[in-house]
Amino acid sequence: MAPPEASSAAFPNRYASNALRHAFGDVLSYFILLLIGVLAFSIRIFSVIKYESVIHEFDPYFNYRVTKFLTKQGIYEFWNWFDDRTWYPLGRVIGGTVYPGLTLTAGTIWWLLNSLNIPLSVETVCVFTAPIFSALASWATYLLTKEVKGAGAGLTSAFLLAMVPSYISRSVAGSYDNEAVAIFALIFTFGLYIKTLNTGSLFYATLNALAYFYMVCSWGGYTFIINLIPMHVLLCVVTGRYSSRLYIAYAPLVVLGTLLAASVPVVGFNAVMTSEHFASFLVFIIIHVVAFVYYIKGILSPKMFKVAVTLVVSVGLAVCCAMIAVLIALVASSPTKGWSGRSLSLLDPTYASKYIPIIASVSEHQPPTWPSYFMDINVLAFLVPAGIIACFLPLSDASSFAVLYIATSAYFSGVMVRLMLVLAPAACITSGIALSEAFDVFTRSIKFQLPGVLSNAEVDVGETSSAVVEAQNVAGKTDKPEETSKDRPSRKKKKERVHEEKPSTKAKAEKKRLLALPLAASVISLLLLVFLGAFYVRHCVWAAAEVYSAPSVVLSYRSHGRLHIFDDFREAYAWLRHNTDVNDKVASWWDYGYQTTAMANRTVIVDNNTWNNTHIATVGTAMSSPERAAWEIFHSLDVKYVFVIFGGLIGYPSDDINKFLWMVRIGGGLFPHIKEADYLRDGSYRIDSKATPTMLNCLMYKLSYYRFVETDGKAFDKVRQTEIGKKYFKLTHFEEVFTTHHWMVRIYKLKPPKNRIRGKTKKSKPVQFSLFCSKNNSDVHLQVDFNLLMLWQKTSSRNSSRSGAQKKNPWH
Amino acid sequence: MAREKSSKGNAQALFHSLRSAYAATPVNLKIIDLYVGFAVFTALIQVVYMASVGSFPFNSFLSGVLSCVGTAVLAVCLRIQVNKENKEFKDLPPERAFADFVLCNLVLHLVIMNFLG
Repeated sequence: MAPPEASSAAFPNRYASNALRHAFGDVLSYFILLLIGVLAFSIRIFSVIKYESVIHEFDPYFNYRVTKFLTKQGIYEFWNWFDDRTWYPLGRVIGGTVYPGLTLTAGTIWWLLNSLNIPLSVETVCVFTAPIFSALASWATYLLTKEVKGAGAGLTSAFLLAMVPSYISRSVAGSYDNEAVAIFALIFTFGLYIKTLNTGSLFYATLNALAYFYMVCSWGGYTFIINLIPMHVLLCVVTGRYSSRLYIAYAPLVVLGTLLAASVPVVGFNAVMTSEHFASFLVFIIIHVVAFVYYIKGILSPKMFKVAVTLVVSVGLAVCCAMIAVLIALVASSPTKGWSGRSLSLLDPTYASKYIPIIASVSEHQPPTWPSYFMDINVLAFLVPAGIIACFLPLSDASSFAVLYIATSAYFSGVMVRLMLVLAPAACITSGIALSEAFDVFTRSIKFQLPGVLSNAEVDVGETSSAVVEAQNVAGKTDKPEETSKDRPSRKKKKERVHEEKPSTKAKAEKKRLLALPLAASVISLLLLVFLGAFYVRHCVWAAAEVYSAPSVVLSYRSHGRLHIFDDFREAYAWLRHNTDVNDKVASWWDYGYQTTAMANRTVIVDNNTWNNTHIATVGTAMSSPERAAWEIFHSLDVKYVFVIFGGLIGYPSDDINKFLWMVRIGGGLFPHIKEADYLRDGSYRIDSKATPTMLNCLMYKLSYYRFVETDGKAFDKVRQTEIGKKYFKLTHFEEVFTTHHWMVRIYKLKPPKNRIRGKTKKSKPVQFSLFCSKNNSDVHLQVDFNLLMLWQKTSSRNSSRSGAQKKNPWH
Repeated sequence: MAREKSSKGNAQALFHSLRSAYAATPVNLKIIDLYVGFAVFTALIQVVYMASVGSFPFNSFLSGVLSCVGTAVLAVCLRIQVNKENKEFKDLPPERAFADFVLCNLVLHLVIMNFLG
């Protein structure tokens, strides 16, 4: 009598204590998640502390301007906005060409806060959007990894993502760019997809489609999702893991997702017409075929099924081939086979450099170097392979997805530096899994060997032997000490459940000897894991504070213990804002377009959107042409002011002279009279005395180095580390109106055209002009001999004038 | 000759076994199958109409076809979840499955209405 009572008395006690442990574990997990969110937010506000709450870089200024417009004018005006202050005289349809997710998110937050009577300015909301969404992104990583491997792995990967430098670089406070919300949307979409796959619930499928919609609104990288998920579905089908949950996870997503993607104006009908989406439709058809085959298999006997298969295969194959042939013919008839330029450059890394110099010129689109991997994902770089192995033990649908994700993102990150950002979540997930599994092994060994805690703590041999293998692979991995103590309750909770099943597997397990690691080895390994985590944290904090927190609008450097701040950009934009007319047009290289429209509030000719290659080539040609031709080009565009960025005085390397080669290449790509060889001496661009005459006479050279010799008497360019070639010259068609404190921005005004031109001819050929220049070495004669040139032209015939060194300039 | 006859016999036997196996499915599943068939048929009609008349306005065509395809897919999902032979969904109450189906349809048709133009 006593034993049953004892057992019945013991049972509710154990159940109660179990429930208590579960509850304790849950509360602890949520508390840890909250702390991870706070960590993610606070590591990103170094830039606000070190500099000020200012918007960084170039692209965020455009987003900021759009958000200001949205908050001021309302959503209908925003959707229908035609911006006439950029790409003059073409303008830009903002409503249809911008990914609205980021601006709508920030606008909503601003509106919400203001309706609650918290009067934050739009700029503050924009600056702090990215850190908030990175906290959300780490929580989304917890969701995703929990579905793949469990809560412990989820917490580890959330912690890793909160600090990974690659993600910090694009989401510091002030980096108000699409990736700030897009990475959150990406991870959240994947998380919901895996949750749907695991549970088979249509509710999560709906949420998944809505999260995908948010991703499409936010970033052009949504094509990664709509290609990775079909790839994963195909992988599952091919490896025999088809299940009805897979169908529920995928089919509604395709239909709803395509519709939602087509609802976003930027994407529009591209959602059904471009090759980037065809993979999803193809796999949609395939999964229906597979589902149908499984259904038929279920209701028929095996013999009949074989008959059905032979019948279908013989008939269906012919139809399939015909349809595929038609489809291939359709796609092959378009020149790029239906892919957009950016996607093609992902598939064929050399495509952009051959055909689209604008894409090739952006530094973010270059392939990364090896050190950038260790800079951006640090310790995770060698934890990832361990994580991939851990995903195979055991392999489930979700862990196969994690492996596929890391494999594809590793490839794409090798093509473009910018896509290291997509690699970061994948690396965090797999590393989190690896760390969690290693941690599991060690704590289990320790627990097994601690006397008196639990007798007969037998672990499944398969797990332990693989754990031993893993421990050998994972030599020297660590985790944070807080994590150690906080994860232990959740580990204990899992082990309790494992021990409940012990009686049933006891007999089986007793036969196989389990191998636990020695106690000392486990303890030391745990400590080493902790140290590894400490190194990771230290690196991430250093990267966030020193490397990625610089707002490139404001430059600083330390010398002789003092901090020098260069605020020249904002000085120049403020000058433009206060000293020019509202309707004046300003020309510069496209890098500065967004900042000019946002901060100086003036109309620009080209900006960072780079949607019109011809317009950019026009500006590039103007910068590469001699003064007269450049003046003609700018005058035809109604430009009043031109500015260049010049770093020669202080040694700022990203100035326009260093970008000049792209101006020549892009301009020369469209206007054949600009030939790159004319600017090169021995294959390199030079501005010293050995430079070519074309280089010394082009507008960029003149605007950069006008009066530069007055600074130190020798005109020594600190960036190119040489004295310049032509030191004393005057400008004939431009006049200098403003140069900032450190000579970084130099603003010039176009001189108005002369009222009278002496002599009978009204047009002058620039060909003769430069020819004339090359004959004289000293340019002081330029101004005086202008009228002589007119005289000379009149007397020379047209034919002989055209036999000059250059081809006819299309601007005449 | 013999092979043709045997293949024809095979096809007939296949057809009969398919028919008998399908007749054995419960009535509620057959209703769902009928609904799926109706949706697909409507989609086909729209495609034929588009092929004959032209695809302007394209967004209306897309939303019409995708709404039919969407309801078909969602009905198939419902059928999967309600089917008693599916071991994976045996502890999912059919009311919950239907509620999810209705919710997903609501979202789908909201988007359709927006996109119809």
